[in-house]
Amino acid sequence: MTPSSAPAAARPVRPPGQLVIQIDGVTKLYQMGDETIHALRGVALTIRRNEYLAIMGPSGSGKSTLMNMLGCLDTPTAGHYDFNGKNVATMVDDELADIRNREIGFVFQTFNLLPRSNALHNVELPLIYAGLSRSVRLERARQALTDVGLGDRMHHRPNELSGGQRQRVAIARALVTRPSIILADEPTGNLDSKTGVEIMDLFERLYDLGNTIIVVTHEEDIARHARRIVRLRDGLIESDGPAH
Amino acid sequence: MKRLYYELIESLRIAFAQIWANKLRSALTALGVIIGIVAVSLMGTAIKGIDAGVDRSMAGFGDDVLYVTKWPWSNVDDWWNYRNRRSIRYDYARQINEWIAANPDTSLKLAVPAAERFTTIIRGEYRLSNIYTLGTTADYARITRSDMKEGRFFTDVEGQAGANVCFIGFDVADALFPNESPLGKTIRIKDQLFNVIGVAAKQGSFLGLFSWDSMVAMPLTTYRRYFRVGEDCEIRVQVDVLRIDQAREELQGLIRRLRMLGPEQKDDFNINEQGTIRAQLDPIKNSLFFAGMAITALALFVGAIGIMNITYVSVKERTKEIGIRKALGARRRTILLQFLIEAVTICFIGGAIGILSTAALKSLVELIAPSFPLVNSLGLVLLGLGLSVLTGVLSGFLPALSASKLDPVVALRYE
Repeated sequence: MTPSSAPAAARPVRPPGQLVIQIDGVTKLYQMGDETIHALRGVALTIRRNEYLAIMGPSGSGKSTLMNMLGCLDTPTAGHYDFNGKNVATMVDDELADIRNREIGFVFQTFNLLPRSNALHNVELPLIYAGLSRSVRLERARQALTDVGLGDRMHHRPNELSGGQRQRVAIARALVTRPSIILADEPTGNLDSKTGVEIMDLFERLYDLGNTIIVVTHEEDIARHARRIVRLRDGLIESDGPAH
Repeated sequence: MKRLYYELIESLRIAFAQIWANKLRSALTALGVIIGIVAVSLMGTAIKGIDAGVDRSMAGFGDDVLYVTKWPWSNVDDWWNYRNRRSIRYDYARQINEWIAANPDTSLKLAVPAAERFTTIIRGEYRLSNIYTLGTTADYARITRSDMKEGRFFTDVEGQAGANVCFIGFDVADALFPNESPLGKTIRIKDQLFNVIGVAAKQGSFLGLFSWDSMVAMPLTTYRRYFRVGEDCEIRVQVDVLRIDQAREELQGLIRRLRMLGPEQKDDFNINEQGTIRAQLDPIKNSLFFAGMAITALALFVGAIGIMNITYVSVKERTKEIGIRKALGARRRTILLQFLIEAVTICFIGGAIGILSTAALKSLVELIAPSFPLVNSLGLVLLGLGLSVLTGVLSGFLPALSASKLDPVVALRYE
């Protein structure tokens, strides 16, 4: 551990705000050939504004499925999912797309930037889908890139940026719509440990600025940055409590 | 609405970037569309060209002239029914003109008799065979549309007197008098000498249609003296073109009276107009149209398959990108539009290239064969562009739909 990664308990914990995510009895079945896989077997979870949450679990624990569900990329086979009081479980594709656009900022392990577009356009993209005018889009995208420390790299393409810089672009893209939650899936998985620490410091700062963050990871070191850790095993929540 | 607009702009931007990034692939794909559009616009220019050519070729006659003849202009199978018809007499023209003078309200304007045959014209060592030779009155100059290059048409006095004068077409003058003015010189027709008093301006011909350029006109009295004893000729009547239907009826009634036909008897003459000649070109125009349409349909069909294929490839290649866009909030419509616009853009560019190619081909044809008329028009350009856009929409729709229906989770995982 580098000095910057002090135990989470020593850090400020902001008081939880209003309810953002409430899921109850969520199950998800996959059909793999003749076999039916129970990825989630009845999960209940409540996430409030101002939380910094880590979802942990070994591979096959249902962690990716839960993340897809929380990110409204997928809908549960059964169970309730309310996002900001709206029932997401029964929404159709386009309604889910609007929720993803406005309420959720994704940060992926492999960055998932558009390779042919420069940093500025990558960050601007979700604002196009939000229907904002070009001048507003550019202003907000520039601001977001400056916020993550890339004010001088706006016109570089992803292949002209280092891994850490690419992930910063991705974080700027997640922030630019001012979403209710930032959902990061193994955000340091493709980075060396030093850069990984820098990215986690950035998340720490975003949390301090009032963002709600969910990090999905299998690394204890990463999970320790969060204020609350949810552990999954075999499609069920094994434990849910404050990080220490 | 605003959102749709921004998405459209973004889709266009992506489409051009994508085409630019895959230049060769896009060019090969657009080939089918290019060929299809070239086929349709060439066909169109050729058909319009035929019309223009006929117009040009007939400009010397004027479309306000009705032709009273013994034989109909269109081909007839029962020719024996026409053979025994009575002659059309020279004198009808004078009688019609008298009637016109007595009836100021008539839609008929002026009648001239015209007798015709093909003769051989000789001047010194030059010799022209099969030259259309016309015997008529001085009034003929008033109903023809052709311009004068030099000299004049013969006068009424010359006409009445039966002077040995003639008016010749441009090509005849060019052939007999290569480097000099024919005015005042003499030519020989059937061992008679004729004084050339006028030359017509060049008119041009088309598809072997009759042209004023290779003709000789002389006074009818002179013509009758040397060529024929009979009475048979045709009557050309200039009419008010705005009342042409009325004119046809008036003329029919008048000729029936002159020929003293009873109410129960059928017409034993025909009234023709230029439209008859035009109608004879319809089969050519129709086969051009169908051939052009068949080539176009085939090429566009093949082109459409190519576009569909390339769009499927594009969707497959960019599955991950579709996943990213969906995760960021792109709706189905957004993705559908993106790929549809890409297909349409390729087709549109192909169509534009096709239209430019047609224009280039047209210039080339004009350079090599100036007499073959091709006429382009804005309508054809719009038709070409419209067809190519339609091809793009039809062929791009299915692949674009499949892209829009991709599950974002699956698409994001795709490598």
